[in-house]
Amino acid sequence: MQLPIYLDYAATTPVDPRVAKAMAECLTIESNFGNPASRSHQFGWKAEEAVEDARRNVADLINCDPREIVWTSGATEADNLAIKGAAHFYHRKGKHIITSKIEHKAVLDSCRQLEREGYEVTYLDPDSNGLISPETVEKTLRPDTILVSLMHVNNEIGVVNDIEAIGEVTRRNKVIFHVDAAQSAGKLDIDLEKMQVDLMALTAHKLYGPKGIGALYVRRKPRVRIEPQIHGGGHERGMRSGTLATHQIVGMGEAYRIAREEMHEEARRTLALREKLLRGLEDIEEVYVNGDLTHRAPGNLNISFNFVEGESLMMALRELALSSGSACTSASLEPSYVLRALGRNDELAHSSLRISIGRFTTGEDIDYAIERIHYAVAKLRELSPLWDMYKDGVDLDQVQWAAH
Amino acid sequence: MAYSDKVLDHYENPRNVGRLDDSDANVGTGMVGAPACGDVMRLQIKVDGDGVIEDAKFKTYGCGSAIASSSLLTEWVKGRSLDDATQIRNKDIANELGLPPVKIHCSVLAEDAIKAAIADVRKKQGNTEE
Repeated sequence: MQLPIYLDYAATTPVDPRVAKAMAECLTIESNFGNPASRSHQFGWKAEEAVEDARRNVADLINCDPREIVWTSGATEADNLAIKGAAHFYHRKGKHIITSKIEHKAVLDSCRQLEREGYEVTYLDPDSNGLISPETVEKTLRPDTILVSLMHVNNEIGVVNDIEAIGEVTRRNKVIFHVDAAQSAGKLDIDLEKMQVDLMALTAHKLYGPKGIGALYVRRKPRVRIEPQIHGGGHERGMRSGTLATHQIVGMGEAYRIAREEMHEEARRTLALREKLLRGLEDIEEVYVNGDLTHRAPGNLNISFNFVEGESLMMALRELALSSGSACTSASLEPSYVLRALGRNDELAHSSLRISIGRFTTGEDIDYAIERIHYAVAKLRELSPLWDMYKDGVDLDQVQWAAH
Repeated sequence: MAYSDKVLDHYENPRNVGRLDDSDANVGTGMVGAPACGDVMRLQIKVDGDGVIEDAKFKTYGCGSAIASSSLLTEWVKGRSLDDATQIRNKDIANELGLPPVKIHCSVLAEDAIKAAIADVRKKQGNTEE
C-alpha cells in the first residue's frame, strides 16, 4: 500500500495506462500528429480518422449519434456552451431558465452571467436528500421558460437525479433540457435514445481520461440549436471553433471505450468498497451521511462527523487524499453551499468529508482509511469543547454564541 | 495549505488540553467563537492568591491553526499575572506560529478567549474593573 491513499476520484482521476498509450501515439513526427482539419494530405486524414473513432466511442457510451458530439475543453466549457448557447439562440421565445442551488459552479456562474444579460433564473431547492423531483420542475415551468439545467450526479454528495422522468416533463412542455453528466458518464447507464435530454456536458478526466477535454452532446432529433461561444474556423459544425486536440480527443475516446466495456463490473466493485467503508464508519457516534444513499453514484460517500471541524480532520488524515465541505478548505471561507442547500446546519457542513472511490482503490486502502478516520475523530473530539457540551447534555442550539 | 512546523507541533502535541472546574471561584472561563463559523475556543485559567495564573486549559473546535493558537496561548499565560496576560496580542500569536493572512482570525479568537477568561475570573472575585 502506497501512502498517501487517493480517495478523491470525484475531483479527478489518474489517466488509465491504456489511455496514456493511445494519447502518446498522437504527438510526435513518427506518429499521428496531423491537424484533423487538413484535407490535403494523409497526415490530416489520419488524424481526422482518429478523432472520428473517438467521437464514436463517446457516442456509444451514451447511446447517441456521433454527429451529436461536439468537442470542448472540458465539462465547464460544455456547460457554458449549452446554457449560454441555448439561451442566446432561443431568447425570442423567452428569457426564463430553471436550475438548482446545488449545481456545479460552471452551471451556476453561467446562469449568473445570463442574469446580468437580462435573463431570469429560478434556482430550485433540492429536498433534504439532495434530489430534484420532476414535479418540482413541472411546477416551476412558465410560458417563457426556455431551458432547464440540472446535473445527473452531484459532485459533492453523489446523489442521482431522475433525468429520464425530468426529461419527459421538459419535452412535453417543449423546454430545452441540459444535463451536466461530468460525474455520471461511465458510472451510471446513460441512454439518450430513452432519456429525453437535449444537451449533455461530458468530461474525460473524471473517467480516467486526460484533463482539458470534454464534449457537449447536442440533440439532432428533435433538433436543438445553440449559439457558438467561441468563434473561429467553424470547426465542430460551427458550434465550437478551434483546432481539435487529437491526442486529448483520442484519450477521451479510449477512456470512454474502456468505460463502456468495464463500467458495470467497476460499479459493482466500487459500490462494494463504499459499503465496506460506510459499515466501518457507522459505529462512530454522531455520524451523518449527507445525501440520499439509494439514489447515489457508487463511488461517493459524503459524511459528517459532528463536533469535529473538517479542516482539522483532514490535517489528522494527511495519509488520505480527500476533500471537505469545511469553510477553511475553500477560498471563500463559506462552508459547502451544497450541504447548506440540503438544510444541513453549518456545524455539520463544517464537519463533512467527501470520500470518493475509483478504479485503483483497494479493500486494503479502505481498511486503512477506516482505521485512520476512527483515530482522528476520537482525537479531535477529545479536543472539542462542543463534544464536551454534547456529552454534558447541553443543547448547542440553545447556546448564545459570540459569533465573529 | 501548508502549515508551519510550529502549527503542526501544537496540533500533533497540543499542550494543556482539558477542563478546569468552573464552579471554583479562582477559575475563569472564556468561550468564544461559534460552531456555525467553524471555530469555538474554550480557554480556562486558574489564579492563585496573588493573582498569578497557575494553570490553564483549553479545548478548541476548529482548524489546525485555531487549535495551535489556543494551545500556544495556554503555554504563554501560565505564570503570568492577570494584568500581564491582558497584554498578549493576536499579532504575537500569529507571528510566533507563522499564520498566513487567511488564518489571522484564529489568533484574534485566541486573544478574545484570554480576555474573556480574565474578565470572568475578575468578575467572580468581585473585581469587575477592567
